[in-house]
Amino acid sequence: MIPSREQKLWMYEKMVISRRFEEAIAAIYFEGKKPVFNMANGPIPGEMHLSDGQEPCAVGVCAHLQPYDIVTATHRPHHQAIAKGVDLKRMAAEIFGKATGLSGGRGGHMHLFDSAVNFACSGIIAQGMGPAVGAALSRKMQGKPGVAIAYIGEGAANQGAFHESLNLAAVWKLPVVFIIEDNAWGISVAKAASTAVPENHVRAAAYGMPGHLVRDNDPYAIFAIAGEAIAAARNCGGPSLIEIETMRLAGHFMGDAEGYRPKGEKDGLSARDPIPRLRARLLADGDADEAALDQIETTAQSEVDDAIAYARNSPDPDPADALTSVFV
Amino acid sequence: MADSTPIRKNERKLTIARAMAEAVAQEMRIDPKVFVMGEDIGELGGVYGNTRGLLAEFGAERVRDTPISETAFIGAAVGAAQDGMRPVVELMFVDFFGVCFDAIYNLMAKNIYFSGGTFKVPMVLMTSTGGGYSDGGQHSQCVYGTFAHLPGMKVVAPSNAYDAKGLMAAAIRDDNPVVFMYHKALQGMGWLGTEPAATVHVPEESYTIEIGSAAVIRSGRDLTIVSLGIGVHHALKAAQRLSERGIEAEVVDIRSLVPLDRATICASVAKTGRLIVVDEDYHSYGVTGEIIATVVEHDLSVLKAPPVRIAFPDVPIPFARVMEQFCLPNPDKIVTAAETMLGRDVAVTNA
Ligand SMILES: Cc1ncc(C[n+]2csc(CCOP(=O)(O)OP(=O)(O)O)c2C)c(N)n1
Repeated sequence: MIPSREQKLWMYEKMVISRRFEEAIAAIYFEGKKPVFNMANGPIPGEMHLSDGQEPCAVGVCAHLQPYDIVTATHRPHHQAIAKGVDLKRMAAEIFGKATGLSGGRGGHMHLFDSAVNFACSGIIAQGMGPAVGAALSRKMQGKPGVAIAYIGEGAANQGAFHESLNLAAVWKLPVVFIIEDNAWGISVAKAASTAVPENHVRAAAYGMPGHLVRDNDPYAIFAIAGEAIAAARNCGGPSLIEIETMRLAGHFMGDAEGYRPKGEKDGLSARDPIPRLRARLLADGDADEAALDQIETTAQSEVDDAIAYARNSPDPDPADALTSVFV
Repeated sequence: MADSTPIRKNERKLTIARAMAEAVAQEMRIDPKVFVMGEDIGELGGVYGNTRGLLAEFGAERVRDTPISETAFIGAAVGAAQDGMRPVVELMFVDFFGVCFDAIYNLMAKNIYFSGGTFKVPMVLMTSTGGGYSDGGQHSQCVYGTFAHLPGMKVVAPSNAYDAKGLMAAAIRDDNPVVFMYHKALQGMGWLGTEPAATVHVPEESYTIEIGSAAVIRSGRDLTIVSLGIGVHHALKAAQRLSERGIEAEVVDIRSLVPLDRATICASVAKTGRLIVVDEDYHSYGVTGEIIATVVEHDLSVLKAPPVRIAFPDVPIPFARVMEQFCLPNPDKIVTAAETMLGRDVAVTNA
């Protein structure tokens, strides 16, 4: 499956929005946290896991999705949310903990929920997988269209929920696609030190489903493989597992000194940053000229600026609203 | 004990993180059966710094970074402990107990009993608790009551580095499973502010603190404030402010939830006649209710006023700072509760 020119430009645009968004969050995150870093301070407190470098995994998959399709995301959810079409303003406001946020400030950056596009998160490793399987089951039982995508990191493939969810999805032949974003690190622990097989896609065989590997963070290759897996799921072909070699350009969380990373590793990664690479490719293939791509970047920046301004200018929630929404 | 943390000039102070690591290292030096497992506890030295230096000193055989597989490695700790080792395992945030609780409460906590005492389970499960820094509802909980409710595991929660070291040494030497719950806001990590009063003098030599002994860390005649972990510091701050208004609060740091030093709590309330319990865990079915029940069951007649609990309301922990701070216990809430309990005119109360 080859992306159309429009799809390529859509992917580029969403990747750029995602990166600009993360850059804006990163800058604001440090407000109030200097000279002494204290995670509790500033306009965006708490842990912050940025997705820089992992954008291709979001766009290559979500390019095939409709609003009614389901995505369950992780503790590192911004790129996936943006590609799925989560409202950027209300998402930014949620990350700031504002009353206008997706959940009125109750969730925060690891708990982005947008029912309009069927997007949900969990900050507990691999725990988005069961709900994705269940959503797929629900669509099947109701005879409604829709596939479920469960995003995880490679570290999650060693969690019980990973193995149970794959088996359950396969034994019930459910329309779900599991996506592993392999950024080689689970906080400070390298994949090779924690995982008994060099590549996780082989684990699909244990559950009787197709397993695919996409190398080198390539958005077009992700698009192709995900397109086939999603089409198969839609056509009652059951689940599949896709492992994507991607890269974590940021620390595990903001404030992570990353002393555990081998020297020079990050420089090598930056040289393969997927966004400049895609830009060069679009130009080389004649899919867009400089002016068109500049225009996309300008528009992306202003969309992000608008979202951030909306979040900043929104009011804090009423503190006592903490006691509401426990039950509907 | 009037004061568990005597501080003299020029004595070294440690954070709870360093005190924990020192206790583990000292036990590892004298007992080759002690080893450590958990996520990011090797090279990184623990997300909360409480295993820093262990990998360098003891090597990767005894200081094991694990996959993100809590069910497997906590279950493995149970098996290793039953087979004669003394594992110290880390569950990075207590909130993650959801993915591995069977290994904890159905195995670790019950195998001694099921075996009629013929199996020992000498392991320590150390885990971080608490919020206050906007980490959202899956990374900020305490769930002390959940662990303490289920029989078969000892549970400790230190409020300062002196107690942390002594309780850790005692926990490692205990032939029973001990859950060691350390509060993030007391830990002394670089990336999160720390309550300064948690960083106290810690002797270099090894020592233990008996698990199950509370500490009366401030004496007073008018009311008793019972708490644990960060709540102890809220209580001390409130007691200071109350003292300026003529109300003398006694502060009891329970230090250990299981066993609970009920005698020390009851003796204090027998003296003061008033009780406030402060806990960052959820309000209902938890530590606060247990402590009040303990006092009421023991001798209702000593109470001059209904006991009050200050705990986290029964809602998931919200992310937004204003909402989370609204819910958390703090010194203001304690002062207000104490003033209400005693009546504002303290001079009259004490006349
Ligand atoms: C069950 C559980 N265990 C541990 C953690 C703490 N934790 C948060 S992110 C993380 C690493 C995850 O690695 P990976 O799945 O590869 O995702 P990445 O962070 O690399 O995107 C860990 C161990 C958690 N959130 N949930």
